[in-house]
Amino acid sequence: VSHYRLFPKALGRLVAALGVRELHLALTQGFWRTRYWGQPPLQAPAGAELWVWFQPTVTDVDKAWKELSNILSGIFCASLNFIDSTNTVIPTASFKPLGLANGTDHHLLRYAVLPREVVCTENLTPWKKLLPCGSKAGLAVLLKAERLFHSSYHSQAVHIRPICRDASCLAMSWELRQTLTVVFDFFSSGQGKKDWSLFKMFSRTLTDTCPLASQSKVYVDISPKNKEKELLEVSPPPTSVHEAIVQGDKKTYAVYDLLSPSLFNTSRSLNVQLKWKRPQDSSEMPIPILHAQRYVGGYGLQTGEICTLIYNTHPYRAFPVILLETVPWYLRLYVHTLTIITKGKENKPSYIHYQPAQDRRRPHLLEMLIQLPANSVTKITIQFERALLKWTEYPPDPNHGFYVGSSVLSALVPSVTATKDMDVEQSPLFTSLFPSSDGSSYFVRLYTEPLLVNLPTPDFSMPYNVICLTCTVVAVCYGSFYNLLTRTFHVEEPSRGGLAKRLANVIRKFRGVPPL
Amino acid sequence: VVEGLALLDLGVSPYSGAIFHETPLIIYLFHFLIEYAELVFMITDVLTAVALYLAIQDFNKVVFKKQKLLIELDKYAPDVAELIQTPMEMHYIPLKVALFYLLNPYTVMSCVAKSTCAINNSVIAFFILATIKGSAFLSAVFLALATYQSLYPLTLFAPALLYLLQRQFIPIKLKSKSFWLYTVQYASLYLCSLVVIICLSFFLLNSWDFIPSVYGFILSVPDLTPNIGLFWYFFAEMFEHFSLFFVCVFQINVFFYTIPLAIKLKEHPMFFMFVQLAIISIFKSYPTVGDIALYMAFLPVWSHLYRFLRNIFILSCVLIFCSFLFPVLWHLWIYAGSANSNFYYAITLTFNIGQILLISDYFYAFLRREYYLTHGLHLTRQDGTEAMLVLK
Repeated sequence: VSHYRLFPKALGRLVAALGVRELHLALTQGFWRTRYWGQPPLQAPAGAELWVWFQPTVTDVDKAWKELSNILSGIFCASLNFIDSTNTVIPTASFKPLGLANGTDHHLLRYAVLPREVVCTENLTPWKKLLPCGSKAGLAVLLKAERLFHSSYHSQAVHIRPICRDASCLAMSWELRQTLTVVFDFFSSGQGKKDWSLFKMFSRTLTDTCPLASQSKVYVDISPKNKEKELLEVSPPPTSVHEAIVQGDKKTYAVYDLLSPSLFNTSRSLNVQLKWKRPQDSSEMPIPILHAQRYVGGYGLQTGEICTLIYNTHPYRAFPVILLETVPWYLRLYVHTLTIITKGKENKPSYIHYQPAQDRRRPHLLEMLIQLPANSVTKITIQFERALLKWTEYPPDPNHGFYVGSSVLSALVPSVTATKDMDVEQSPLFTSLFPSSDGSSYFVRLYTEPLLVNLPTPDFSMPYNVICLTCTVVAVCYGSFYNLLTRTFHVEEPSRGGLAKRLANVIRKFRGVPPL
Repeated sequence: VVEGLALLDLGVSPYSGAIFHETPLIIYLFHFLIEYAELVFMITDVLTAVALYLAIQDFNKVVFKKQKLLIELDKYAPDVAELIQTPMEMHYIPLKVALFYLLNPYTVMSCVAKSTCAINNSVIAFFILATIKGSAFLSAVFLALATYQSLYPLTLFAPALLYLLQRQFIPIKLKSKSFWLYTVQYASLYLCSLVVIICLSFFLLNSWDFIPSVYGFILSVPDLTPNIGLFWYFFAEMFEHFSLFFVCVFQINVFFYTIPLAIKLKEHPMFFMFVQLAIISIFKSYPTVGDIALYMAFLPVWSHLYRFLRNIFILSCVLIFCSFLFPVLWHLWIYAGSANSNFYYAITLTFNIGQILLISDYFYAFLRREYYLTHGLHLTRQDGTEAMLVLK
């Protein structure tokens, strides 16, 4: 029961040994700018995010979680070993299993996010190594690190989940999905026209397919905007054109099937190019139905406020959204200051799960189900107090601040256009990327910005001084009390001796003052 | 407290987080009184002042009686007439005590901030009133309540016991049977009421969660929010290796002055109580200005010691300046960002040294007056010249 010529053995053994049912790991550099780039296909929070469903047979989930994060840290060269109880939470409503599930006891779920994690070439290399052909053949030849990291947003993810082996669903298989989301933003960065080509982006072209692949396709979005046809041109001509409803919008894709022999007839390499017929001056993207922002309010190093703004731009449909916030323990949240205001009125959430933090042991967890009315902005504010940490608990640059991980919004967004059932056999990869169980709505998981919060810092150069001074004050008290408690008053006996006294008497005789 | 109530409303135990550290009885009390919070705190302060007034009134009578007895027994030296307290000067002392407490800026600040310290002060004031009136039962109950709130009033057991023994005319000798009998009686009253209160709290919230949250918190000092005490910065800059050792040392430091003070001040339990209250409010793990207000309220009772105080001007200047500098340097550190935590820490150090020296000054003056009372004001040496008094 092992297809280890396709499935990477490291992950397969890991899943089997630790009793993992579902595993989702995402490493992201940058933040998805919804206003410029539209709705994200698959968003991930800045930094590293790991969430795992364990099998019901696992007895000590925390121990398995710790082992898992350490092993993954080794496989992906990322510092996932910093995942411990201070940044792990157990969400109750947010992260439902994406694969086959037989009942969901949320105690088997663990979620952790490391917002400070930086993603670089070191993390891309092991990710590429997990592919059956590596980066030697197939689509992965395009993935050269120097071009990929010269981008505005880079996110690589690994998803493992159990799926049905065939339509009758009698047996189960493990599905490993590796996704890489990169945004090359030449137009916004002012580098000229919106035309692009594979060579311009990756400095490579596609030459052949991976021999182990059963399917290898390139989809280019050529959806006409504002119903204008013939606005752009793709070359070489695609093998077919595919239409689908993706995230509520009708989209047209030009499909390049790399396995079809006609593609590599003329030249050995495939360089997909897109040219705009008319110059584009506006970079307007359609505003997604659900998007959110988060920021820190307040001034000073004592208190602050976390404000989340959630926008529902659908003209007439209201829908609920689940908000999951994980705040580290050193920002002490006060849940009695939680206010949710929609259109000027208070909006009470229908479900709140709040688990307060314990110092140095576990973070805050706030999960709420909020109903968003149509065409509205919802503002959620909660106040916090900043704690003073011990001097060893500060990261190397303490005045940079502390990161608060992104909050997660999960919702079933109603689509403007109705989806029709896709033919699963024809394009299984496509439907698995944009699944929709119900034709009228699609599932969306959004992440807000990570926050950077400053904490008051003690002076790091002072440990010896502080210990000495404080102990001096205590000793002053002890000394005075010891004197008063153990000594008694006596009449002083006169004494003639003492060199200092005799010297003082000599000086006094010169001054004409009576001697001591 | 508001946070604890909100957590209870959400169905979560208030002690599952790290914000709420008050006792269950306070939650229960404020469940009903949260709407009138300002009024509650004002009434508590007034109650404290009234309790102190009545207590000091009774105490003055006791002092006067004792003084009269000692004069008749000829225990005093002949030329100490000016040191004896007269009813005239003692008449206004209770009023001064009550006013000292009510008008103290520290009390006002504590009331405005709605700090539960006011409730602590009130319970301790009632405990002192009960002790001076002589009711052992009530005194034990109030002491148990005070200990239940914050652990440190446990040390007030010794002065209360000494006062009650004195009142019952039981001599304090280790071999005396009646001494041990009374001690055991009082201790058992105290322990029983403490146990009753703790079990009551258990039944209020149906869990023992509050014990680590309240007492574990006081003893292990995990939260390092800056306050006017010495602990916070010390533990913020402590090497991890020694953290437990220094926590133990600091906690022992509060409790350890009780026995020596008891031995030295066994004739004067009220002064012992005053010094013990001051030590608690200086060295407790999370001091507040309300605690300082409580022991400063007792200063008029010993206004007759004024002539023996050595450094009173400097100390009062230090205390006043530091009280003004506290908010300034706090603002500079936290809001303006132009000062360092060291500035605020320095003021903490100076303020606490000022307090310590104030208490030891009063202690010195008290002992000196006692010496003069028994040995006469004008001391002469063997050869007839004027003598100086030293502590040897």
